[in-house]
Amino acid sequence: MRQMKLRYPLLLVLATMVIAVLAACNGDDDATAGSRLDTVKERGNLIIAGRTDLAGFGFLDASGKNVGFDIDLGRAVAAAIFGDPNAIEVRPISASERGPTIQGGEVDVLTRNVTWTSTRDAQWGNYTTIMFYDGQGFMVRADSGFDSAFDLDGTTACVTSGTTTELNLADFFRQNGLSLETVVFEDTASVYGAYESGRCDIATSDKSQLAAIRSGFANPGDHKILPETISKEPLTPVVPHGDDQWFDLVKTVMWVLINAEEMGVTQANVDSMVSSDNIAIRRMLGAEGEFGQADLGLDADFAVDVIKAVGNYGEIYDRYMGPNGMSFELPRQSNELWLNGGLIYAPPLK
Amino acid sequence: MSPIRRLLSYRGIPIWRDVRVLQAAGQLVSVMFVVSVLVFFVANLMSAADERGLSLGFDFLDQEAGFPIGESVIDYHPADSFLYAFGVGIANTLKAALLGVIFATLLGVAVGLARLSSNWLVRNLAGVYVQTIRNVPLLVQLFFWYFAVFQALPLVREAVRLPGPVYLSNRGLFMVWPRMTSTFDTWLGFLAVGLVVAVGLRFVLMRRERRSGRPSHAVVVPWLAFAAIGAIGWIAAGESPLGRSVPTLGEFNFEGGARITPEFGALLVGLVLYTATFIAEIVRAGIQSVSRGQSEAALALGLSSFQTTRLVVFPQALRVIVPPLISQYLNLTKNSSLAVAIAYPELFTVGRTMINQAGRAVPIFLLIMAAYLAMSLTWAAVGNLYNRRVQMVEH
Repeated sequence: MRQMKLRYPLLLVLATMVIAVLAACNGDDDATAGSRLDTVKERGNLIIAGRTDLAGFGFLDASGKNVGFDIDLGRAVAAAIFGDPNAIEVRPISASERGPTIQGGEVDVLTRNVTWTSTRDAQWGNYTTIMFYDGQGFMVRADSGFDSAFDLDGTTACVTSGTTTELNLADFFRQNGLSLETVVFEDTASVYGAYESGRCDIATSDKSQLAAIRSGFANPGDHKILPETISKEPLTPVVPHGDDQWFDLVKTVMWVLINAEEMGVTQANVDSMVSSDNIAIRRMLGAEGEFGQADLGLDADFAVDVIKAVGNYGEIYDRYMGPNGMSFELPRQSNELWLNGGLIYAPPLK
Repeated sequence: MSPIRRLLSYRGIPIWRDVRVLQAAGQLVSVMFVVSVLVFFVANLMSAADERGLSLGFDFLDQEAGFPIGESVIDYHPADSFLYAFGVGIANTLKAALLGVIFATLLGVAVGLARLSSNWLVRNLAGVYVQTIRNVPLLVQLFFWYFAVFQALPLVREAVRLPGPVYLSNRGLFMVWPRMTSTFDTWLGFLAVGLVVAVGLRFVLMRRERRSGRPSHAVVVPWLAFAAIGAIGWIAAGESPLGRSVPTLGEFNFEGGARITPEFGALLVGLVLYTATFIAEIVRAGIQSVSRGQSEAALALGLSSFQTTRLVVFPQALRVIVPPLISQYLNLTKNSSLAVAIAYPELFTVGRTMINQAGRAVPIFLLIMAAYLAMSLTWAAVGNLYNRRVQMVEH
């Protein structure tokens, strides 16, 4: 009899608790994220995924500051939003972390030598504007006797995991019926360490990266880059999927950099250019008319802050890879403005 | 009386003081807490994936992988599917785990016995080895073996030639390896016959030993029979059934023979040296757990010291050794994932590449976890089976 009596109060407790838990679970469905621009402004800085291990693109300067072509693109976005290029946090990641990082939306912009491909565009995030035209090449020792990529049958190649490079490499050797042993490393430093120690006959990556690495070797002349370019590698900053305003904002900042070079607006002359008699220049600098700043959530004269902070596209390029650049000299070739026979072209700011 | 009426008229111990109610309620709260935490995270994952358009399905697995894999136990080609590439990763992990477990056990038992040796030098050398290797993180050791030892070996053209010949270079270790010739199958037939004869002999001799009480050499005689039949087969086959595949330097690398790549070599050496220290301690503890009286009694009965160890001490020590030994096997298998740092393409390395190339982090991580879980549970099952055999048997 006693047992019978006890069972009911217990059921009562159980029922109450189930209801309580269900109610609690129901509550957290309607937490919606605001726009990314709001999030960034509220946070007070821009978070980008970059790197610290590649001369020219993302590296540490003499004072230990993270600088480079890719990093400056991020600084341009920070300057556009906050007027301060230093309102930025750079998170260094490895090549194979790029996809998950931007998919998860934990960074605002991914600018770390990312090749634009259709699969990645579908899966990773939105690709903004091609900022560097590159292609994959092969580096070999100068005394190895190789003159062409087609001589490489039976060799060993070192390559970074999770890159388009490893896919192109497999495609190229398959296409041409050549055999190859590959050693796939997680981080860039290991790839070139293993190449230098003689574990591999070939190091392969984007040609700009090979040039960067070669410049860092004790004796650059001991290594050469073979003439063939086996792929197209359009390097492009990426933003997470699902926020059109943010996508447009980052694109527009990139276009400002390119248009500024086209119009001859530089870090040095931007202040005086505000009163230029060229309408397009005055529009870009916010002195006259408008080209969508308000819809993007930016100040009318954000371009002035951007150019003051990092300079125009050509200035960023030359800072690291120009004749007197910090890292190494790489002729602009495809990365010249379209006006000069290159591929760098941006829509008008209107 | 209706339940409600009964509840209202209830006059026993108040429920908030009833121990059984309190215990049941406590358990209920715990379960609910765990379940709601799980529900929260799964719901969070689903809604985040939905919001960002991430696919959680597994249908990408039959697409072409496209990426190269450095070395594999089973044939692999970049045109194979993601699923097959994942299988290649599993096969590579199993290779490292099985070889690692075998060598770590041999080394661990030897070092464990050496720790108990009466020879001062042997005892202390073993002690120093255990205390240093055990106390440095495995990842650090792997980096050391790979970058400071294997990559620092001479270039392939200047490879060190050891007797064998075995060639040592920073492309790996190349050694002579048996090669099957056309008569190999005939010889294999003779070996099979030899095996049957040997097993039969052992059975007969063991029975005689048990009946007569006189030693009948139940170990030596079957082995000798097996070897004799094998030898007869070798001669009868005519051409030698096994040839020698000798590595020779080709244009860029050695060809022929067997090869241990620097990546696999560094992983195996690192895993074996590290895990063997723990196994050595387990073996030492196991042997010390058998009371001295046991071996003293055995010696007093006239058993030799070898017989004492083999027949009296070791069977009892095994009961203490086997359970923690199994967990070291699990550790070794799981630690092989650290190979991601030194370019050996095992399960986790291949999985990480797949995550980036297929763009599907969640499904691939689930696959990786499931694969490790399956391997660990298999080890545990095999180990428990063996453990049941060595435990005390009631007669």
